[in-house]
Amino acid sequence: MPTRPFILCTSIFVSAMMMVSCEKILPPAPADDQLLDGPVAGLNYEQSQRFLLGDVAFNDEIFTPEKGLGPAFVATSCGSCHAGDGKGHPFTTLTRFGQTDESGNKFLEQGGPQLQNRAIPGFMPEQVPQGATFSRFTPPANTGLGFLELVADEDLLAMSDPDDLNNDGISGVPNYAILPAYVIPFGHAIPKNGKYIHRFGKKAAAYNLLHQTVNAYNQDIGITSSFDPVDAYSRLVIDPEISTQTVNNVVFYLQTLKAPIPRNPNDAAIQKGRLIFDQINCAGCHRPDLKTGFSTVEALSHQVFHPYTDLLLHDMGTGLDDGYTEGSAKTFEWRTPPLWGLGLSPNSQGGTYHLMHDGRAKSIEEAILLHGGEASRAKDEFVKLSDADKKAILKFLKSL
Amino acid sequence: MKKIFTLGVIVLASVHLANAQIDPLLLKIKAADTSKQALNMDAIYGRPFTAVGKLPVAVGGYMEANWQYLGKDGVSEGHQFQFRRMTLFVASTIGKKIKFLSEIEFEPAEKEIAVEFAALDFELHPLLNLRGGMIVNPIGAFNQNHDGPKWEFTDRPIAMTQMLPATWSNAGFGIYGKYYQKDWMFGYELYASSGFDNSIIANKENKTFLPAAKANAERFEEIASGEPLITGKIAVRHQKIGEIGLSYMGGIYNKWKDDGIVIDDKRGLRVFAIDFNTTIPMLNTFITGEWAWINVDVPKTYTQQFGSKQQGGFVDIVQPVLKRNILGWQNATLNLACRLEYVDWNRGKFIETGGNIADELWSVMPGISFRPKSQTVLRLNYRTQGQKDLLGNPSARSAALQFGISTYF
Repeated sequence: MPTRPFILCTSIFVSAMMMVSCEKILPPAPADDQLLDGPVAGLNYEQSQRFLLGDVAFNDEIFTPEKGLGPAFVATSCGSCHAGDGKGHPFTTLTRFGQTDESGNKFLEQGGPQLQNRAIPGFMPEQVPQGATFSRFTPPANTGLGFLELVADEDLLAMSDPDDLNNDGISGVPNYAILPAYVIPFGHAIPKNGKYIHRFGKKAAAYNLLHQTVNAYNQDIGITSSFDPVDAYSRLVIDPEISTQTVNNVVFYLQTLKAPIPRNPNDAAIQKGRLIFDQINCAGCHRPDLKTGFSTVEALSHQVFHPYTDLLLHDMGTGLDDGYTEGSAKTFEWRTPPLWGLGLSPNSQGGTYHLMHDGRAKSIEEAILLHGGEASRAKDEFVKLSDADKKAILKFLKSL
Repeated sequence: MKKIFTLGVIVLASVHLANAQIDPLLLKIKAADTSKQALNMDAIYGRPFTAVGKLPVAVGGYMEANWQYLGKDGVSEGHQFQFRRMTLFVASTIGKKIKFLSEIEFEPAEKEIAVEFAALDFELHPLLNLRGGMIVNPIGAFNQNHDGPKWEFTDRPIAMTQMLPATWSNAGFGIYGKYYQKDWMFGYELYASSGFDNSIIANKENKTFLPAAKANAERFEEIASGEPLITGKIAVRHQKIGEIGLSYMGGIYNKWKDDGIVIDDKRGLRVFAIDFNTTIPMLNTFITGEWAWINVDVPKTYTQQFGSKQQGGFVDIVQPVLKRNILGWQNATLNLACRLEYVDWNRGKFIETGGNIADELWSVMPGISFRPKSQTVLRLNYRTQGQKDLLGNPSARSAALQFGISTYF
């Protein structure tokens, strides 16, 4: 065969082969159980498009002074605090101050309830006012929030045991608080004296994901919306700095993020750890199984899921009492954080753990040992375990 | 396969017909002066131009287009065809020792038609020339020497486009000069120009990002800070050893005074860059690279998301493996090439933890290029890249296969 046509044909053939096979030489996707982001299965086309719009607004939209950032703020985007939809890092840990009991926040006129510790050039950030107690909150993971939102009040109240009637040392109470005007109560809501059961946040002070999202835009980024048009810096009503539709898209995104997928659940050591977890009654607060009510998103509707939380407030002892609170929670009460996704936390926290409400624990074991109050019994049981049993329970927790 | 072959035949036939339509008497190629190796800072004038009939101007330009298949952590947007840019040059010798050159770039994806360079030069002495107009700031080498056909890779270097601004031009004036002594060449440039603004630390990239200032067209009318950006470079070349250049760019970037009222502190930025290139004797291996350090005064009360220190650069290694008559092209060249890149957009430590701030990227890009003529290149690259976010979470891995063409015309 003459050289020239041979080179031509070979070049065209090689190029064509590369075009059809190039997918093979790209980096593979991480396994689904290694990621916290991604939608629940079974979204239809319309829901998938809304999910993607919310994804872009949450992870890619960066706020600048021109787009309304601040002037005082904590972070410049939603994604800054929740990398990969996982737990946050001390870099974006926020500070809340000014409330010591359910009578409300006494420092609203001095910047409360949240400290905006950064400011755009030319402005000064806030400082915690003298005399105000404060607490630091590490951003939580977003994963599976839509499932948690759909748990009926009735189920939460069923897990509540304020007088510890079963004598297990664990009480658990809901956080009752007044709804903001823009929040419509759930159909399943069971109010008490005009107050509703809230469930999101370290103190369970946010009612639903709209409440959480609007508050985060306003207090974390300094972005007003039609839902909350009061500028956190000036305390004046200003024009909305984000569209209502964008807020709704972000809420939908949070509602339809998948639940974390446990890794190696059939591993013998992990199964043993799960058994010990139940035996020493960690599951008294970190409830493995909850169920959702009705949702227009089929994948969320009437599902049993495994978040390892009861969404209730518990006395965690004086060691974790910062002297600050929200809603009807006491200063020593904290909402049980979901444990699902715990093993993947280092992937969003810069390679290490920053656990408990303020990230003070640098390992799961350290976090367990910081438990007090209602969790004292379970913690003491953990301390008494053999090294092998401790390893099993830690391996189980890392598998979630 | 049959379709591909037919398509190939049509393309070849079209090229043959197109060649036949060119009237060689109308266009007179004015080749670039290659009698001696030029400095990087000569790149703007060291381009091939064509004199059109008896018009008092010479014209030229280049184009770049490519196909790519890119994926990140297993997610790909599929096949992409991109027409990156077409650039037109117009040069004119207005009179003895007075010349003008302009460069206009069309970037369809950016919906941008931009004048990148339009300057008038007066030669007072070989060591003292005055230049004024829209100048390309001589920071590093790539900013001035950025033409697509000169490079063996489809993408421009990341550090020189996403850390330093590429084709960074401003309204300004300055001086330059060159000195030759046997195998030695020395050159310098020094300009005062308009420059940066607050956008470098307030932008949608969520990091200190000098290229953000390119979007501010007002810089051709008004300097945000009211103070000139100073850019200077010196370069030395030995014909047998290679070239090294040292450059600096600095000034106040923010709007600190408005309507006579002081509204902010003055904040400055400083950029240092080193560039080099050499050809290894016997092997003819060409190596070129550039590294830059950036220091930006970011308010301490702002966010560490926007770093005050950055660094990054690249090295290209190009090895000719075949130079002969190929498919009828005399002295066609086949090269193997590899580019190594690194950028750290945020050097420093978190105030909260004392831990390292990441926000960094590395990339390795092997490739093959074919030059039927020195001014035309077909290139096939494979890029593998890792990128860490601010917190240093596990790297996002991406890769791309790219095929591109680029030519001067």
